[in-house]
Amino acid sequence: MTGAVRRVLPSGDAAVLVDLGTLDEVLRLHPALLATRPAGVLDIVPGARSILVTCDPGVLPLAGLRSWVTSTGPVTADAQVTGRTVVVDVRYDGDDLEEVARLLGIPAREVVRRHTSAVWTVAFGGFAPGFGYLVADGAGLTVPRRATPRAVVPAGAVGLAAEFSGVYPRASPGGWQLIGRTDAVLWDPDADPAAVFVPGTSVRFREVPA
Amino acid sequence: MTAGTDRPRLTVERAGPLLLVQDAGRLGMAAIGVPASGALDGAAADAANRLVGNPRGSAVLELLLGDARLRAEAPTWVAVTGAAGPLTVHGGPSGRPAPWAAAFRLEPGEVLAIGRAEYGLRYYVAVRGGVGAPVTLGSRSRDTLAGLGPPPLRDGDDIPIGVAETGTASPVPPLDALPASAPAAGEVTLRVLPGPQLDRFAAGAWDALLGQSWTVTAEADRVGARLDGRPLEHARRDELQSEGVVTGALQVPPSGLPILFLADHPVTGGYPVIGVVRRGDLGLAAQLRPGQRVRFR
Repeated sequence: MTGAVRRVLPSGDAAVLVDLGTLDEVLRLHPALLATRPAGVLDIVPGARSILVTCDPGVLPLAGLRSWVTSTGPVTADAQVTGRTVVVDVRYDGDDLEEVARLLGIPAREVVRRHTSAVWTVAFGGFAPGFGYLVADGAGLTVPRRATPRAVVPAGAVGLAAEFSGVYPRASPGGWQLIGRTDAVLWDPDADPAAVFVPGTSVRFREVPA
Repeated sequence: MTAGTDRPRLTVERAGPLLLVQDAGRLGMAAIGVPASGALDGAAADAANRLVGNPRGSAVLELLLGDARLRAEAPTWVAVTGAAGPLTVHGGPSGRPAPWAAAFRLEPGEVLAIGRAEYGLRYYVAVRGGVGAPVTLGSRSRDTLAGLGPPPLRDGDDIPIGVAETGTASPVPPLDALPASAPAAGEVTLRVLPGPQLDRFAAGAWDALLGQSWTVTAEADRVGARLDGRPLEHARRDELQSEGVVTGALQVPPSGLPILFLADHPVTGGYPVIGVVRRGDLGLAAQLRPGQRVRFR
């Protein structure tokens, strides 16, 4: 790994945005920040190329926040998997499964094999409560979004878009390629924890009969 | 007096355009996609709670623009802050004016009529004991983006009142001073700090942000307020990847016209942020009316 260019950018009087340039660097710094989080840090929000950290300046002044994120080094690749692992059962009967196979030039069964053999990591969220953008090294499942988004994607739909996989936590419009569905409840505001897919969590998908 | 009649109780006779329960919001949940939410004008909500002797952060009612009627079913202390407009108590032999930013007691059967705001956009109504809606993810706030928390109140709804440990219809603590003043009518100035993606804008964009008077458009809600003016010029057209944004961020889509993010904003965004309004001025931003002018410094 080459030394990444890390820029600590201003984001108002109670936050800084750490620009890391690549998602790999986000995945390496995020667990280090979680592990060293000082009192007064409110949010650690990973994005696709950056991590936003916010504070209560009455507890941790902005200068302290800045010095913490500046001095915290990324974890090594081996130490990245610090979160827990969850297994999600999926019926691979999605409406776009054949289209994904065609786009990748592989049989549909191979799509399922790749999706179930990869170890995915929740990289970041943000689209909706409980939604996670999942990535896996070498998954071999990079496909474009659908040209025309669906007006309604049902809760539990398992999709692919760019290098990401994800599960719709509730019914919503969406443009991801749908390869399957799960009955797992990944978002329940009355449960503790409310979200199963928290950034840093490892995810395995397991095929169940459609 | 029985316990049943003793307890403060309010019923919504008329909810007005949007009547929500709000408290201090859901902090620390942005990583799982949950906005902070909470009272948009936090200082006004704090003041209302102080006036009726509630602990800071107790749930209050946030009323957009006014035109609501709340009926007391039992003796109930209330205080109205935030937006300023005609406040009247009906139910006696004749209506009497009610004070703004001061605690007063409603007797059973009396109706507090909150008229259309003349200054500001959002009223806060604190009820002694606190509004007692169910708690979701640590807060009673209605999040209009994520759909969390108690749904908007409707005509005929009972407003649950929490019973404060201090009792109910006893006198409220007198206050020497109140950190509240009516929102301004004319041009409002908000303090702004440079944002994380200032370098994605053309040279001179920052000066253009500060050098003009913006107009708040009708597209202004709890998620954000769209501003109109001379568009700000982007320097880069390549797509910005999804990244975390803060409340107060001035996000600039390709149109060049900024959106000021308020408490229910999405936790991540895909457009560059040119500046961020200071937290201390977010309450002012919450009271901006469509058509009002705003300047940044």
